[in-house]
Amino acid sequence: MSEYSIVGRRLPKVNAWAHLTGAARYADDIDLPRMLHGRLLRSTRPHARIERLDVTRALAHPGVVAIVTGADMPEKMGIMPSTQDETALAVGKVRYVGEPVAAVAALDEDAAYEALALIDVEYEDLEPIFTIEAALEREDVKIHDEARRANVFKEVHLSFGDLDAGFAAADHVRDEWFFFEGTTHAPIESHAAVASYGADGKLTLWSSTQVPHYLHRELEKVLGLPRSRIRVIATPNGGAFGGKSDPFGHEFSAALLSMRTRRPVKITLDREEVFYAHRGRHPVKMRVKTGVKRDGEITAVELNSYLDGGAYASYGIATTYYTGALLTVTYRIPAYKFDGVRVYTNKPPCGPKRGHGTTQPRYAFECQLDKIAADLGLDPIAYRQRILQPPNSRTVNDLRITTMGLGECLGAVRTATGWDRKRGELPRGKGIGVAGSAYISGAGLPIYWNDMPHSGAEIRIDRGGGVTVMCGTSEIGQGSDNVLAAIAAETLGVYPEDVHVVSGDTSLAPVDLGSYSSRVTMMAGNATKSAATALREKLFAVASEKLGVPAERLAAAYRRIYDLGAPERYVGFVEAANLAEARYGTLVGAGSYKPPAGIGGSYKGAGVGPTPAYSYQAAVAEVSVDLETGQLTVERITTAHDCGRALNPVNVEGQVEGSAYMGYGEAVLEEQVFRGGLHKKPSLLDYKLPTSLDTPALQAVLVETVDSEGPYGAKEAGEGPLNPVIPAIANAVYDAIGVRFDETPITAEKILDALGKRDNRAAPKDRIGPDGLGDGRRDPGRALRRLGASTEARERKRAGTT
Amino acid sequence: MLRLPRFRYVAPGSLDEAIRLRAEHPDTSMYVAGGTDLYPKMKRRQLQPELVIGLGRATSAAIANGQGLRLGAGATLTAISEHPTVRERYGALADAAGLVSTPQLRNMGTIGGNVCLDTRCNWYDQSLFWRTAEGYCMKTHGDVVCRVAPSSPRCLAVASADTVPALIALGAVVRLAGPGGEREVSLADCYREDGIRYLTLAPGEVVVEIALPPADGWHSTYLKLRDRGSFDFPIAGVAAAVRWDGRAVAEARVAITALGSRPLAVDAGALVGTRLDDDAIATVADAVHRAARPMDNTSGTISQRKRTARVFAERALRSLRARG
Repeated sequence: MSEYSIVGRRLPKVNAWAHLTGAARYADDIDLPRMLHGRLLRSTRPHARIERLDVTRALAHPGVVAIVTGADMPEKMGIMPSTQDETALAVGKVRYVGEPVAAVAALDEDAAYEALALIDVEYEDLEPIFTIEAALEREDVKIHDEARRANVFKEVHLSFGDLDAGFAAADHVRDEWFFFEGTTHAPIESHAAVASYGADGKLTLWSSTQVPHYLHRELEKVLGLPRSRIRVIATPNGGAFGGKSDPFGHEFSAALLSMRTRRPVKITLDREEVFYAHRGRHPVKMRVKTGVKRDGEITAVELNSYLDGGAYASYGIATTYYTGALLTVTYRIPAYKFDGVRVYTNKPPCGPKRGHGTTQPRYAFECQLDKIAADLGLDPIAYRQRILQPPNSRTVNDLRITTMGLGECLGAVRTATGWDRKRGELPRGKGIGVAGSAYISGAGLPIYWNDMPHSGAEIRIDRGGGVTVMCGTSEIGQGSDNVLAAIAAETLGVYPEDVHVVSGDTSLAPVDLGSYSSRVTMMAGNATKSAATALREKLFAVASEKLGVPAERLAAAYRRIYDLGAPERYVGFVEAANLAEARYGTLVGAGSYKPPAGIGGSYKGAGVGPTPAYSYQAAVAEVSVDLETGQLTVERITTAHDCGRALNPVNVEGQVEGSAYMGYGEAVLEEQVFRGGLHKKPSLLDYKLPTSLDTPALQAVLVETVDSEGPYGAKEAGEGPLNPVIPAIANAVYDAIGVRFDETPITAEKILDALGKRDNRAAPKDRIGPDGLGDGRRDPGRALRRLGASTEARERKRAGTT
Repeated sequence: MLRLPRFRYVAPGSLDEAIRLRAEHPDTSMYVAGGTDLYPKMKRRQLQPELVIGLGRATSAAIANGQGLRLGAGATLTAISEHPTVRERYGALADAAGLVSTPQLRNMGTIGGNVCLDTRCNWYDQSLFWRTAEGYCMKTHGDVVCRVAPSSPRCLAVASADTVPALIALGAVVRLAGPGGEREVSLADCYREDGIRYLTLAPGEVVVEIALPPADGWHSTYLKLRDRGSFDFPIAGVAAAVRWDGRAVAEARVAITALGSRPLAVDAGALVGTRLDDDAIATVADAVHRAARPMDNTSGTISQRKRTARVFAERALRSLRARG
């Protein structure tokens, strides 16, 4: 029998009923008296100066109450304080088709929609930039004047260990380019915000946001309203996946329109607008060079990544670092060099999507390892198991590893899939492939520099035994409310249904930094556990007296506090709570959490990568390829995930399966692509999210390593399991048809091309992928060398050596 | 979400009344059956009728056995795909109707509406905002070029109805009613190679009924290429039907869709007198390949769709062998 009463049990989520029946109140469900309806006018140009913006005609339209433009909110904003390059509505210039330019509030949606056509905008077109290559080279076109060179947003250069010696010691080196196509989150709920500025001079904003605290800060900055007069309430998100973790124009616009009109204002994006809000997966071109000994032991890795960032910063600095930071935590790498460049282009801004910046290089690296295994005649699973980064170690880039279950994960998928029977034994057209990966359980540093906790929780016990947990987390469908309820219930010895969770409300709950970077279970979970533990001590003190048993011999479960030595001797939870309240006064416990010191290095850029504990995962994909039509079918994906401890196995399996589903979509179907400056497929008909009929059979295997950093040993489950799926599919396709797919998505067209069947003259290819920057006509190294040279010059100048 | 523009809706109780209303408002009215094509297009402001004439009360939804099978224009795609006679004797139609979009849309969409489905193009099937940013195209603005091929004298939007090639392969005849009275015409003759004027119906004409000839000895099937197992319109569709006489093919019809602006019957004469031998099938598959003229204005790619059309023609015909 488990030592726990709640943890580890397959219980339904506390909010399952509300979510399943539609009773959950999403932002767009909010309907307030006298509420106005808002809509955003969006740019029709990819890159242009706004020559004239005249709202006179629109204001005269019947039903229109107020209109705001960029001039009303000129303050720069953005999620990362060091790179704020955005305004709530465009000021002076537009940088992508779909960028918000003005916001209308009207009596109804129709009037707001009609008014958009009456806003007179004159643009002077500027030359747009759509590719990484053009962004790197075009000094004469600046998307942002602040960019120091061409349209480079950020470049980072990190080097660890002796790279030259590493490559010199290698018996075999692979050096190749990869491309990961951009994708978007496509949450089922589109973004929505309702603002209400009251007669008391206070503003309340309900929004489907993952980051109520960061939004709170930005509202203060942009609106000029003290934060003490703003309350942000994160409504349940109908999916988010990273796409609701920036502050957005519609949130500020709703707020300002409400302040101007003294009426509530709602703005809900339509589906097409969600594609423009974006902040999704960056398209990334990567060069990966890996040296190995004859037995496969890695001697050195060099990675260059080029990120197509779109028009604004978003989390871009972090994304850029993440393309390099986590490559080292899976396998032993003694020498590692990483150079990353993120550029601006005239497309909707890219940002964090499930796996944030680590998904693309993980895809490239796991494909390359698969090739190395083939080159050396090694089994891909056994090979990976032999080169594992050990537990309780530090990586070459100074990341601290605690528990490390990748080896078990690889073993689990080997067994679960019958790998040994299938690998190399399948007929042409059928294949099986594997990949491993890792992810953080919460970013080690907050987005703005401060010494305060990353997460705080407050727990109250009422006289009827009800437990209220207040925490600033945002429930985005991932089950964070359930995690907090389960941890509080386990610690206090009640049931999850006794727990009320108040989350995402900046006035009612202590700060939690938000539901991003898979941090909630680790950080809010620890804060909740510590708050509950503080309360439990009070309950145990009174129970100990009542039972005449020392507190150390007490335990709490099933609404009882009982004697471990004689469980039939107990005090009921309500009685204990009443006794404790009589003695101590109102029962409130507070807890907070901050990641421990010393989990990362101290070099510049060391802030991205560290986490209290890494999750690990391995996936096996089984595929079949129609050799005549090129159609790829992924039949089964089996993922083993080291989650530390499964607080609720059903919930963890749901995250693992959802990740596999999303990874499958990115590998095979989805692409956020543009024709000119226009999104090619901004609808759910044309942007090909997999349906239930396309989705492979999914199997989740949970591996528990019980990490002492996590609450009850838990690590993350929401993002990591996506990462191995994409390379596993690419590697399975290789097993099926002998073709390496070094770019995503793996479409029928590309398969036909590789098979020499695209037209009847073409010759077969053994690889589909890029050969460098540009389309091959240009010298691939030129832009890189120019950039490198100027970077070196700048570094020398900074160091005073010129 | 996008909202519908304001419009007036009437649901006349008779066909005569519907045709009269349509004639009274020739430029500002449209018929609607299930609405699965029209209403989303109105939301995107591709079509903006001021008067929408519902045909639900004016046309029949009956599926009746008799000399062959008669499909009332209002029969839903679900009803057709699940109808025992259709499933047993008109397999291509059951396949095609069952492959349209999603269960919800098949519950609303009708056979009359599907055969009149507007042509599609990924430069055209976009919101008003998107098309404003693009600068519109020939299909909505006569003075603008075709975005797919700027030198094209005609609109290249794509025929996208799944049921049409199946119905053509089954020899369907359609009964039309309009201001000039009723007439019957072969379904294959209802289309032309023009993304804008894609139907040969006279102004105000409405599809009343689709008649299928008796199916004795016939076997048929429909194969659809799309990106996903649901939702998607075809990006290549091939229907094949053969009538067996003893151990040889006595009659054969093959039709394709989503490979040009009109659905097309392809010459399948090479199959007649054979036992669907590989050579005969290859000849017809070549003809399908030649007839397929996809452009870059749907999902997928030109070469993939053209190649798959050939493969699907082969597979469709081979699948009919076993049934001989």
